[in-house]
Amino acid sequence: MTREEIRKAFETALGEIAPEIDLSTIDPARSFREQAEIDSFDNLNLLIRLHELTGVEIPESDYDQIQTLDGLIDYVKSRVTSDGN
Amino acid sequence: MPSLGADMDAGTLAEWSVKPGDRVSKGDIVAVVETDKGAIEVECFDEGIVDTLLVEPGTRVPVGTAMAMLRSPEEDSAAAPPAPAAAEPARAEPEALPQIPEAAPAEPAAAPPEVPPVAERPQPEGPSVPKEEAGIRAVPGARKLAAEAGVELRDVRGTGEEGSITRADVERHLAARKPREVPPAKADPAVDRQAAMRRAIAAAMAKANREIPHYYLSDNIDVTETLRWLEARNAEKPLRERVLAGVLFLKAVAMAAKRVPEVNGFWKDDHFEPSAAVHAGAAIALRQGGLVAPAIRDADRLTIDELMQKLADLIGRTRRGGLRSSELSDATITVTSLGDLGVETVWGVIYPPQVALVGFGAPVERPWIHEGELAIRKVVTVTLAADHRASDGLRGAKFLQLVKRYLARPEHLEETEGTT
Repeated sequence: MTREEIRKAFETALGEIAPEIDLSTIDPARSFREQAEIDSFDNLNLLIRLHELTGVEIPESDYDQIQTLDGLIDYVKSRVTSDGN
Repeated sequence: MPSLGADMDAGTLAEWSVKPGDRVSKGDIVAVVETDKGAIEVECFDEGIVDTLLVEPGTRVPVGTAMAMLRSPEEDSAAAPPAPAAAEPARAEPEALPQIPEAAPAEPAAAPPEVPPVAERPQPEGPSVPKEEAGIRAVPGARKLAAEAGVELRDVRGTGEEGSITRADVERHLAARKPREVPPAKADPAVDRQAAMRRAIAAAMAKANREIPHYYLSDNIDVTETLRWLEARNAEKPLRERVLAGVLFLKAVAMAAKRVPEVNGFWKDDHFEPSAAVHAGAAIALRQGGLVAPAIRDADRLTIDELMQKLADLIGRTRRGGLRSSELSDATITVTSLGDLGVETVWGVIYPPQVALVGFGAPVERPWIHEGELAIRKVVTVTLAADHRASDGLRGAKFLQLVKRYLARPEHLEETEGTT
């Protein structure tokens, strides 16, 4: 999976939860939950959807690595590659 | 039309789920109603056979309007007149719908700041009750219902003692009357609904601050071990079965409320009605603005996993529609967690007719004395906003102490009743 594909998957997942958010307005270096006002429940749904789309399941202990869009893409990319997907 | 909370004064019938001749039981979905809180499934409060549907889909009617008539199965053979029923003023006195008393607090959205006493208050869409009606013999329950529904007592035939008007008389009158139409909502439904929800929240919260003498207590709870416990628990489970920290807060509140009845129930007609069951209202924010706090029934008796499933289901239905009428009126205490954006302390406004609201902020790392040493611990601030008419500070303090005790030892939260 390329970074762009992961970004697309995230966009799809986010679109189902917060359809009014335009991903191009999200600063990839800042917390996306803060920018898109994603609460803990929506965040869990976002991760469930992302798991369905990418096959990567993110444990709670790694939440600090996926605060920003850049961090999330890095995280998922390293996992899909290492899993051989 | 049932009152689905103190902030509702009318609703639009979207569709009937039953037709004349259908047999219905208590709790069956009989209709879908469009309200400020979205499409709500209305449950029947009685059993019987649907006789007549009085309201056409698409019609907006005030709270208290009879929407359909039910007849009892026995009446089928005897050609007795049908008992008025379905989602409102119906039935004989003592069992009258739990929603009816709430129709009174439902202030019209454009209520003047000075609100006259209930019995004389003009209804927004109905004729006002003239002063001379005070001379007509009627039991207080009948007077109240008539005022709520905008019925003039002189139009009602009394069958009580010396011709006085009973509540049943008013109900008969209401059932016989054509439903009054309220002007339908205008153009853009999304914008309208948002504006309507804003007004509904405004009415309920203004009423709360006007009538409820709030007192506030707060405490800090070291939840380091609790969150560690939850993380370990979640680590063993797939994403879909993960439990959020907010569920633990809900459970702790429900268990504590079971043991401090003064914070669990309703303030109605100048007295407190404690509730034996704990139905926890979970404040759920909507992305487009506004919030709804539907009830999780018997929250103290559910396991953490069950509570998480119920909450997920409620949040889903709150955001896309499909809440049930009972879910909007059953909550006996409300819980709000506002920590997602870093808020530390919530000073809540009670949702009438409830008597308490419990707020949780974000668990934050703080310098903390732990086992005699300075340590960095995760601490959450819990607040209680309680109605001083129903409880005093000491009982409120006892309640918070229990919340703290349950949360500090998460293994207690796995229990399904407040037994510790």
